[in-house]
Amino acid sequence: MDHAHALGGHAADPAHIDTATGLDSRKLAFWTFIGSECLLFGSLIATYMAYKGKSLNGPYPHDEMINGHLVKGILNIPLTSFSTFILLMSSVAMVMALNGVQRGKRRDAILYLGATALFGSVFLGCQVYEFTHFYHEGLTLRSNLFGSTFFVLTGFHGAHVTVGVIYMITLLVLAVRGKLGPEKTLNVEIAGLYWHFVDVIWIVIFPLVYLIK
Amino acid sequence: MTSSTREIVHDQHAHPSTRFYWIIGALLMVLTVLEIFGYLGETRAVYTAGIAAVIILALSAAKFVAVVAYYMHLKPDHKLFTAIFVFPALLGTLVIVGMTMLFHVIPSTYTGHP
Repeated sequence: MDHAHALGGHAADPAHIDTATGLDSRKLAFWTFIGSECLLFGSLIATYMAYKGKSLNGPYPHDEMINGHLVKGILNIPLTSFSTFILLMSSVAMVMALNGVQRGKRRDAILYLGATALFGSVFLGCQVYEFTHFYHEGLTLRSNLFGSTFFVLTGFHGAHVTVGVIYMITLLVLAVRGKLGPEKTLNVEIAGLYWHFVDVIWIVIFPLVYLIK
Repeated sequence: MTSSTREIVHDQHAHPSTRFYWIIGALLMVLTVLEIFGYLGETRAVYTAGIAAVIILALSAAKFVAVVAYYMHLKPDHKLFTAIFVFPALLGTLVIVGMTMLFHVIPSTYTGHP
């Protein structure tokens, strides 16, 4: 059955599609994808936690007493706290963008999709600065267990944010061209699911990597 | 259309107000500030690292639930989506807790050689 025809008079409503579950298959598939991502990040975080505090040489994440000397930790908590706020703001912007599309408010959709992409880019900028700073401080993928697990975990998250920013820019272009009306609500909802999931993963990474010693 | 489908249709038509989303956003900001205070409290030796970890993890869990329930709309959405998300999320959490226990809490299982 043609999708647009299947939607009928309830264009934004996937529940009217004739599937075994009565739910839109794209949304169901996307939640399944998010479930698989939970397992991916679960394994990365588990590896980080297993090796947490087991590095035999520096740089260390937090302040350490080595042979009676205080060795300063490498993590920049103020910068990461700022980028965490930015990512949370992007989630607020994303849900407002979805709200705008659902209500047919094109201006709101453009404004908030742009804000989401901008906040995501700022977050990535902070991460690039952090990685570059760590590299100059001698922390690489190969320097110690902290470096290996930290870069793999936060790097994978950063890659997901990058994909999300590209996704948001694509939607923004569609919104500017007037091709993101209320009938496209599900497309924006799925993009929102992806973006919020990336935020949720950071909600787990931020305390485990940065705040808890 | 079955009664369960009607319920889904009703749920998906009920859009929360923009004010509601801003309130959730403000709540997330406040919880993040409290997390940072939790970290600072441990750094300034107001309480132990263990207490700080419990406080920070509890706040983090609250943020997690708020985003998933309200921004990802799991609360009003069909329960099948909740099941598809919660099962692997719990499995991932179990792996994290298991590895942390093996390497940090049960000393005999750790050889000391990475």
